[in-house]
Amino acid sequence: MGMLVSLRDWIDARFPLTKMWEEHLSKYYAPKNFNFWYFFGSLALLVLVIQIITGIFLTMNYKPDATQAFASVEYIMRDVDWGWLIRYMHSTGASAFFIVVYLHMFRGLLYGSYKGPRELIWLFGMMIYLALMAEAFFGYLLPWGQMSYWGAQVIVSLFGAIPGIGDSLSLWIRGDYVISDVTLNRFFALHVIAVPLVLLVLVVMHILALHEVGSNNPDGVEIKKNKDENGIPKDGIPFHPYYTVKDIVGVVVFLMFFSFVIFFVPEGGGFFLESPNFQPADPLKTPPHIAPVWYFTPYYAMLRAITFDIGPMSSKFLGVIVMGAAVVILFFLPWLDRSPVKSIRYRGPIYKIMLGLFVAAFVMLGYLGTQAPTDTKTMFAQLGTAVYFAFFLLMPIYSKIDPTKPVPERVTGGH
Amino acid sequence: MKKQLLAVLLLVVPVLALASSENVHLDKANIDPTNKESLQRGARTFVNYCMGCHSAKYERYNRLARDLHISEEQVMQNLMFSGEKIGDHMDIAMQPSDAKNWFGAPPPDLTLVARVRGVNWLYTYLRSFYRDDSRPFGVNNQVFHNVGMPNVLWQLQGIQEPTYETVTDEDGHEHKVLEGIELKDAGEQSPAEFDRTVRDLVNFLAYMGEPIKQQRMALGVKVLLFLLVFFVVAYLLKKEYWKDVH
Repeated sequence: MGMLVSLRDWIDARFPLTKMWEEHLSKYYAPKNFNFWYFFGSLALLVLVIQIITGIFLTMNYKPDATQAFASVEYIMRDVDWGWLIRYMHSTGASAFFIVVYLHMFRGLLYGSYKGPRELIWLFGMMIYLALMAEAFFGYLLPWGQMSYWGAQVIVSLFGAIPGIGDSLSLWIRGDYVISDVTLNRFFALHVIAVPLVLLVLVVMHILALHEVGSNNPDGVEIKKNKDENGIPKDGIPFHPYYTVKDIVGVVVFLMFFSFVIFFVPEGGGFFLESPNFQPADPLKTPPHIAPVWYFTPYYAMLRAITFDIGPMSSKFLGVIVMGAAVVILFFLPWLDRSPVKSIRYRGPIYKIMLGLFVAAFVMLGYLGTQAPTDTKTMFAQLGTAVYFAFFLLMPIYSKIDPTKPVPERVTGGH
Repeated sequence: MKKQLLAVLLLVVPVLALASSENVHLDKANIDPTNKESLQRGARTFVNYCMGCHSAKYERYNRLARDLHISEEQVMQNLMFSGEKIGDHMDIAMQPSDAKNWFGAPPPDLTLVARVRGVNWLYTYLRSFYRDDSRPFGVNNQVFHNVGMPNVLWQLQGIQEPTYETVTDEDGHEHKVLEGIELKDAGEQSPAEFDRTVRDLVNFLAYMGEPIKQQRMALGVKVLLFLLVFFVVAYLLKKEYWKDVH
């Protein structure tokens, strides 16, 4: 024991080990009233680690070559020891990442976690979301199945809708006139090196910003306003051990769901691994129905919902604009919300209704994006798109006029 | 929260109701992946009737021997005909370019076909060939219209003839529409025997699509049981620490 203490002191004299431990864990005071929704941040971190570790092992046997990629994935599934488990962990992890992140973002909407002074946390979070979408998009091409190929073909060709530079832009992204070996190689590089690096840096910044201002909580009360004589927030408890032991419970429950999918339904009902993707990519055979993976389908549905031209702008271009705007608008959330309170607990009925409609629209769009369009479905998609944007664009008005309840001085309820 | 959830559901339900399947009716394959004899019979049918034109190039013969509980000698004597080695992939000699000329499209590799099509589709498809003299091989298929594949199992099944019904469309034109198919000339197997042959074959195709499936599920049970125990420990640990938080 004495040796360990002197080792720690030796390190502390050269590196802020104890200081960092205290700042971020043992003396980081988090509100004591975190509920169910506060599990998903640490779970997102867990999934990131799972993806990086399984990804490293996958690259050891995967071949980023258009003639070998598909077969190398089957090689991993059949001939590599435990390769099937590593691959299913990675493919399920991709969907799990989005499930966890969507729930994490919804928590922000519930309790106003994006509101001042946490705007930067939200912005870093949104950049993580963007990087995650890029990461998932690049990764989805790698198995080189039919859906990998044609999904990438459709998404990249969307850039072609931008007037003037569109065609040369999509040519530049692909490095070829169609999705080809060249595209596969660069997507592999981006998927395993470039985007993960960006993701890691952003995650560190997200957490640093969070630990600078302190966590929000389900009451939206700033616990730093009520400190005891030692300068410790009265409603705060050290992250470690309180939230580390609590998060372990969350991790175990998450792993139960995660393992259930991996071991019993790895295809996720055709949503996590799509059945056309068990056919090798064939540039000459377009599948009858191309849909992106489920986590992109809300945006895909919005893209397809724009079926009309406006003046010189084609419906395709407008669809791309709408799809892009649907993501970009999330960044502005902290400045669109004019409510004096943070948490939904003290907001009025208007925000509750708008948030309910927003979630319904997002889920509905997600479903519609997986389906082949029909007139009725397109109509529903247009309705969903309108609700999605109304939630944000009307927010400066409705969040201001919405009656609020008085916010308590201290956090309510136990744990 | 509950009200919001209800509202979400009410908004989503009408859209889900729109989800209709336009596909033809598929019979249930009812395969039993734990039945090794069924898998072995399926492997025999596959090698004898399918592998003339279709490869299974991601599956190895020795993997098949191990997973189907048959010796490598038995596999070499009964399932390998052209001097392959036991560790080889189940490949075929037919060139894709030739196959394209002969069939219009090269017959696809079948290793993963059960994961692409689903077992019910395969089970129904393989039993739905009927006589159609307008097609190059004299047969058409109820599930896969104008398919390029001949009915390779016809000796076992016999020959099915189509029955048509006449339908009058909105404009008053009459059309002959395929109503159903019925067995005219019996084959070597009775309909029940033939269904079993196809079921065994589909069982084997499903195995080949994911050889690890049975071990995966067995391991999954253990993993979930471990997590259940871990949950109790983790929960008690959390409760112990949180006793002093008020």
